[in-house]
Amino acid sequence: MLKLAFKRILMTVPVMFLVALLVFSLLYLAPGDPAVVFAGDQATPEQIEMTRQRMGLDQPFVQRFGTWLLNLAQGDLGTSLISNVPVAKLIGQRLEPTLSLTLLTLVWSALVAIPLAILAAWKRGSLIDRGVMLLGVAGFSIPIFVLAYILSYVFALELRWLPVQGYKPLSDGLWPWFRSLIMPAAALGAGYVALISRIGRTALVEIMQQDYIRTAKSKGANPRIVLFRHALKNAAVPISTVIGLGVGLLIGGAVVTETVFALPGVGRLTADAILRRDYPVIQGVVLLFSFSYMLINLAVDLLYPIFDPRIRY
Amino acid sequence: MSLLDVRNLQTHFRTRGGVNRAVEGVSFHVDAGETLAIVGESGCGKSVTSMSIMRLLPENAARSAGEILLNGRNLLDLSEAQMRDVRGNEIGMIFQEPMTSLNPVLTVGAQVKETVALHQSIPSADVHDRALRMLELVGIPDAARRMTEYPHQLSGGMRQRIMIALALVCQPKLLIADEPTTALDVTIQAQILELLRDIQREQGTSIILITHDLGVVAEATDRTVVMYAGRKIEEAPTATLLAAPRHPYTQGLLAAVPRLGGDGSGRLAEIPGQVPDMRKPMTGCAFANRCAQATDFCRAHAPALERKAPGHIAACHLAEPEILA
Amino acid sequence: MTLRNPPIAEALPPVFEERTPRTGLAALILGNLSTSIGLFVLFLLLLIAIFAPWLGTVDPLAIDPTLRTRPPSADHFFGTDKLGRDLWSRVLFGTRVSLIVGFAVAVAATLLGVLLGMVSGYVRVLDGLLMRAMDAVMSIPSILLAIALVALTRPSVLNVIIAITVAEIPRVARLVRSVVLSLRDLPYVEAGVVSGSSSAKILRRHILPNAIAPIIVQATYICASAMIIEATLSFIGAGTPASIPSWGNIMAEGKALWQVKPMIVLIPAAFLSVTVLAVNMVGDGLRDALDSRLVKDV
Repeated sequence: MLKLAFKRILMTVPVMFLVALLVFSLLYLAPGDPAVVFAGDQATPEQIEMTRQRMGLDQPFVQRFGTWLLNLAQGDLGTSLISNVPVAKLIGQRLEPTLSLTLLTLVWSALVAIPLAILAAWKRGSLIDRGVMLLGVAGFSIPIFVLAYILSYVFALELRWLPVQGYKPLSDGLWPWFRSLIMPAAALGAGYVALISRIGRTALVEIMQQDYIRTAKSKGANPRIVLFRHALKNAAVPISTVIGLGVGLLIGGAVVTETVFALPGVGRLTADAILRRDYPVIQGVVLLFSFSYMLINLAVDLLYPIFDPRIRY
Repeated sequence: MSLLDVRNLQTHFRTRGGVNRAVEGVSFHVDAGETLAIVGESGCGKSVTSMSIMRLLPENAARSAGEILLNGRNLLDLSEAQMRDVRGNEIGMIFQEPMTSLNPVLTVGAQVKETVALHQSIPSADVHDRALRMLELVGIPDAARRMTEYPHQLSGGMRQRIMIALALVCQPKLLIADEPTTALDVTIQAQILELLRDIQREQGTSIILITHDLGVVAEATDRTVVMYAGRKIEEAPTATLLAAPRHPYTQGLLAAVPRLGGDGSGRLAEIPGQVPDMRKPMTGCAFANRCAQATDFCRAHAPALERKAPGHIAACHLAEPEILA
Repeated sequence: MTLRNPPIAEALPPVFEERTPRTGLAALILGNLSTSIGLFVLFLLLLIAIFAPWLGTVDPLAIDPTLRTRPPSADHFFGTDKLGRDLWSRVLFGTRVSLIVGFAVAVAATLLGVLLGMVSGYVRVLDGLLMRAMDAVMSIPSILLAIALVALTRPSVLNVIIAITVAEIPRVARLVRSVVLSLRDLPYVEAGVVSGSSSAKILRRHILPNAIAPIIVQATYICASAMIIEATLSFIGAGTPASIPSWGNIMAEGKALWQVKPMIVLIPAAFLSVTVLAVNMVGDGLRDALDSRLVKDV
């Protein structure tokens, strides 16, 4: 059992390597000469050449990739072209707001979305069901930053209940911290809630048509027992899968949310790095986000046997 | 009084193509300790009949009329909560697919115990004992250990035994078995049928056996109802029916059964044609379009059930009643 | 004919009250209400995009320092922005960017994804490598990948389209691959193999027609997602160049005045949301239509 789980973990190593290669070679995949782009339109040929050397672009690809990987293995993500601070340190300083935001969003979204999915599946075809489905489409359709602005307009500008922008670290106390994250987490979570509730509902509706649900009913089980005891446990695998996959939305969304609400997190760091074309920072952040995303989904995979005894690694 | 008395049952479905009259005026009864077979091709309404008795059809799409009297009480008049007390307690049901009819994420012990817990307020240790004894009764070796296992760890025959256990653990008076052996190997089929017979002898359970397999009918049942296009077209003691079928459809079904020591041509007789569309209004005999002997009279007037011999009824204009003294 | 008087069965009353099934236009509209609304809205937006210059608009780039941040008026239906540009004109012209990006990405990602998916599903040697590569691309959240790609190039609509397409290809490729794998062992495909058809011909003749329905549904969702990503990129300043009015750009520029003139952000936001909603409604309608075609009546 443990041995098989270990094998499953080993299987992600090649994909992680490919992700690293991809992130590294983005510089080469993108159309145009990165040195020219970074140096700017007004740069002289000498300046461009200097930039090229500074970015290491004059060395062969394989050599550069090898060096980069070696450094990576030692936790060295390179150095910012703008501030000359190590990328790992830059990220470390910005980790708290991003972790706070994404974890809070993950928790509230799952707590809201799963009951919505259950309710919709239970009252299938009813107004509640249609409402949940409509909410789902709307949640997919409103971009995070749009929702962020609407929330900010209502609750900060008009009602003045919440601060317009800014982050209060946990060290300032739980309540100020929480207050500064209410709107960002609400905006970030809407699409996630939509995704989870929709997939969850579909999974439950499909499960409710299975033969074993008919068996449960034929034993005289009431709808509550059928749903919670027989259907829900079978839906745990698809629901946990979509929660894991949806973290991709949270990560992409964090960049936008942190920009709108001026949260000093990794997402904001990304947005700033893009505007200044600070390439090592972009690489480091993309790599970090992608690896976290992969590891979260790996963890979800390893949880499957708890929900479904048929799955063994 | 019969244990179960179904009178003029109609079950219709609302579909996009119109109302499907899946069961249209079916009557039959089951006596205590008796095994009744309901036979017919797929789509003839035999499974819908059993699901109507259990009231397990989707409420928004299906509706039943007529009477389903269990010990004189009309199941169609019961509230949903009262009906839940009937399911699993007074009527047990087993299904065709033992591979998919058990919940994959619950242990088989939990699933058998659940039936007991749903209907009896007894201490959980007693619930456990009841379930264990039932599993032993249906022939699960090493039952105590098996109780902690999941369905996927068991063979198809074992799973069907578990299904029988969870359907019968509350000792219902009636068991509805919908194609219980169809998905199983021939040797396992015989074992399961024997098990049903043993339990019937021990507990006095009545059984409705729904099947399309006349071999199973011959082996295991007392009386047989033949259904076609949502209607009962013939009923007789099983031995009589198999020896002297009166309805051309039943005769066709029997001719389709391969026999040992036949003429060796190796060909099964087929009934040509198709079952009529039950969403369309029907005039005349439902079988007329496939019947070699059908007359214009058959096509114009639907035959009613008529006594053709003692205990033998059929709905066919052409089957002459025996002249009785 | 028989000589006796055989008993005749009486017809039974209906259990359901008879209801004439809906036919014609009513069935069409009620059956696909959300699709119809979605298509109607998209058609409207297409007309706006095509006829933007003739819908009471002025040059969306014309700056007028005397008319900065004006409220809505008869001359400027939506008011003006901080440079005195007419917001109505900018929003209407912005429709073009969203529709072009959404449509172009949907088409490009679908075509390339179908190609990769078919190769992967049919050429076993390449399958492992291609799918690991797709896994790798999918391990990078798509907005992040698009951001990283665009950040390295000069902003242009074409580069935005390329970046989003790269991020979306794996979704189609995986879908197509799974359809190919589920179909390749079916009898009629095997028959094609046995009778000596070339792989390319089998893919084109047998497999593609079966995969087309789910691919179209996927394409509409990609279209919606591309519109959102484009707006997001533009909003954080890494997308459509500022010289082209797009909804994301308008919002990015309105950001600074957010606390004073929220309408500059909210109007393009509303347009964007309605557009994406319409695309998603069409996608949902198509999916339901395809689903119900597979589900037989009881």
